[in-house]
Amino acid sequence: MDPLGDLILARFNYWIYVVLMMIGLYAMITKNNLIKKLIGMSIFQTAIILFFVSTGVKEGATIPIIDHGEDHGSELVEAPAAAEHVPEGRGFDHEEALESDAFANPLPHVLMLTAIVVGVATLGVGLSVVQKVFIRFQTLEEDQILENIRTSDG
Amino acid sequence: MKALSLIVVLFTGSLLLSVVSLFPVWGNPHSPANANPISQFYINETEELTGVPNLVTAVLADFRGFDTLFETVVIFSAGLAVFSILGRPKRKRGDEKPEEDDPSENLIVIQTCRLVIPIMQLFALYVIAHGHHSPGGGFQGGVILGSSFILWAIARNLPTALQRLSSRKTMILACAGVLIYAGIGVICQALGENFLDYHILHYLLPATDAIMARSHAMLGVEIGVAFTVSSIMFGLYAYLSSQGREEGGL
Repeated sequence: MDPLGDLILARFNYWIYVVLMMIGLYAMITKNNLIKKLIGMSIFQTAIILFFVSTGVKEGATIPIIDHGEDHGSELVEAPAAAEHVPEGRGFDHEEALESDAFANPLPHVLMLTAIVVGVATLGVGLSVVQKVFIRFQTLEEDQILENIRTSDG
Repeated sequence: MKALSLIVVLFTGSLLLSVVSLFPVWGNPHSPANANPISQFYINETEELTGVPNLVTAVLADFRGFDTLFETVVIFSAGLAVFSILGRPKRKRGDEKPEEDDPSENLIVIQTCRLVIPIMQLFALYVIAHGHHSPGGGFQGGVILGSSFILWAIARNLPTALQRLSSRKTMILACAGVLIYAGIGVICQALGENFLDYHILHYLLPATDAIMARSHAMLGVEIGVAFTVSSIMFGLYAYLSSQGREEGGL
């Protein structure tokens, strides 16, 4: 595969997460409106979540739920055979296929499930602080708030 | 200022992109993250050790139970923070009657919500209770349950929804959720095992062995998570949409 396709097409998930992260970071730094800053923070968190989830992807694997047959867990059914075909020409190292290759990696999913929860919590607290600021200063623009604080001090 | 921050952002981005070629390609089953012995262990041993086919739920509630407990506490303290930042409403006991004849209310919207909300709540309970056999769990089901109350608050107005689930009840439910989760851990400790080491619970649960006890304890833990998540979701909406005054529609 040509080097450009190897860098961009085979690793497109990293490009997406970096671009999303740059958008979020830019919004957090430059935006004057506090709500827009919070939106930037949310985009930033989403970028990190996408990055982690994309590391758990396995070609040819299914969701990390083991099929336990009709009798609902009373007797363990053999896991489906591991993905036998490791796709050619994608830059994979052709080691022997492992039994766990049939299921996607559950660990990033678990970590990001909790990260989403933290995202909701920080967003909720941030919004409540912004509302309190609005009640106090009647504006969400950062420069107007700063000016307001300076004039009330002097 | 904008140019300076653009330079900072582009520098950070290019720094991250400069090492992209060192990362494993998309979908490689033998990348360091996927070939990690811990991930291998979770995939290969979980069903044998816990009897739970949904690996994500098993890792969430059992192997990484301590992490999830404090995740629930994070939600709980976020709710507490919002409640204390926006303040308790100063309202007399008597005037908690919702405005029944609000001209902005729409008959079609309300009747649709009457039909949809019970189904939403039933589905939420299914997602919670079946979370260790199919996709789902306490966080997901809790969010669905909380959003059903939020839907009612959007369709009618906030006081009507708060009549069903007042902010006082919200906090009690949130506390109960954390208490259920931590309580299961403490029971394990009282029986002589480590905190949140569920397999010892088969002394208390009838007709279970050490493996099924872990599965059942996970259900209990998920229910605790769902209590906290659903009530805090609705509490966050109730406080943020009304600036802490608990009144008015959308």
